Amino acid sequence: MINSEATSFLGRTLRRRSFLRVAGATAASSALVLAGCGEDPAPAPTPDTTTLGFKQDDTGVLNFAYLLEQLEAAFYQKVVEAFPADFTAADKAAFLDLRDHEVIHREFLKFALSTNAYDAGLTTPLAFNFTAFTLTTRAGVYAAARTLEDVGVGAYNGLARRIANPQYLQLLAKLASVEARHAAFVRDQAEPNSFAASDVIADSGSLAGLDTVKTPAEVATLIASLLPVVLITDGLMLL
Amino acid sequence: MNILRIIEQLSEVDADVLGRFDSRRAVFKTLGETAKKGALASAPIFVASLFSKAYGQTTAPSVIEVLNYALTLELLEEDYYKKMTAAGQVPTGAPAGAIALILKHETAHVKLLTDTIKSLNGTPVTDTDVKFKESLFPADYATQLAFAQALEDTGVRAYKGQAGNLMSNSALLQVALQIHSVEARHAAHIRTMRGQTPWIPASDSNLPAPLGPVYTGGIREDNVTQSNVNLTTQLGTTYSANDAAASFDEILTMAEVLDSSRAGGLVA
Repeated sequence: MINSEATSFLGRTLRRRSFLRVAGATAASSALVLAGCGEDPAPAPTPDTTTLGFKQDDTGVLNFAYLLEQLEAAFYQKVVEAFPADFTAADKAAFLDLRDHEVIHREFLKFALSTNAYDAGLTTPLAFNFTAFTLTTRAGVYAAARTLEDVGVGAYNGLARRIANPQYLQLLAKLASVEARHAAFVRDQAEPNSFAASDVIADSGSLAGLDTVKTPAEVATLIASLLPVVLITDGLMLL
Repeated sequence: MNILRIIEQLSEVDADVLGRFDSRRAVFKTLGETAKKGALASAPIFVASLFSKAYGQTTAPSVIEVLNYALTLELLEEDYYKKMTAAGQVPTGAPAGAIALILKHETAHVKLLTDTIKSLNGTPVTDTDVKFKESLFPADYATQLAFAQALEDTGVRAYKGQAGNLMSNSALLQVALQIHSVEARHAAHIRTMRGQTPWIPASDSNLPAPLGPVYTGGIREDNVTQSNVNLTTQLGTTYSANDAAASFDEILTMAEVLDSSRAGGLVA
């Protein structure tokens, strides 16, 4: 089953492609078996110019998270490149942190997905459109950040149950709580003491005390105006 | 299929791979016996169980145990904020508003978890079982906030640590993570009330004794390596240790949380 070409291929790529699978390989055993057989990775979904689909498996879920992190990173990068005139030194420091966190999230997921990343074959990455936001004022920037971060928290809370590999689940949870910290911070800056206000944390009823959950389809709708493509989340919704 | 080569490859990214098995000799003895039995057809299943044993938690707690553990932490937080409110040192206005909102959420979490455990025919722990230790309650507001930070950041780590144990019930998993992100919002806000960053950088998070161990553990909060990727050096460009550590929150195991150096030491 193993030939020399496959062996060198694996030797070269295991550390990169199979990181997530290998590290703490609880449920990754079948993936490891595939690695031992020199199996090629499943092909990444190919985006065309108008739609972007996600596979009905863990790579689909991780790609969805990757796209969200790309979006957030691009947003903070744009703000950092031209801070609003009324941004304080503290605002600037916080946004540099936020930018760095989201870029690290993005780059980590890209590295982990490797050839499975939806844009691995694209010559130019997706260009996001933030014209719906007012990025020239402090208030506008924090309002935009609040929207994005709250969507991010809801999205991660909706993705967790769709992931099959416990190691990936743990990674998503590690990202999710950082997004929640971001959300709390930008909300407080947009409106004092709104870190967990009743528009995101239900005040009463059976959902009292719980944060939001957004399904992939709901997230796709919420961020549609910011994207150059239409997201096809049918596969994720079946998970 | 070459099992030995898989292990060899694993050892490149996990130097302790053989240590994870019972012993080096046992691994090779088992592998040898499998080969002798000509069991290569079933080797994938065999390898799967081998790695599950090596990397998995030895005994996963039941769903009820996980829920009661979460309820214990929520009861501890709820009682703490009740004591904090009763102590009367929280400044009126925004600080009092924040503490009241957080207490309200903890009470909601207690009710939700209690009801869920009952609906699963389990026996929930109660507020007579779990109290914040009176003798440890801080006399001054600043230290009260520091304890609140410790409780919230511990809560985030504790819920995260149990996600894998709730995968058998996706509805419960989702609810647990909906609580998890609320705890993270609380933690972020309390940290800012203390003049800290809302997220946890690698540098000292400035908690007084005996709260330091909140950020230690098998995987420390200043960890900069995720899935064997060093975030500071291996992502194409370099990032600071503070950014790398802050961009990922880390878990605590049940045993770590219940240890007397952490939340376990705060329960009356």
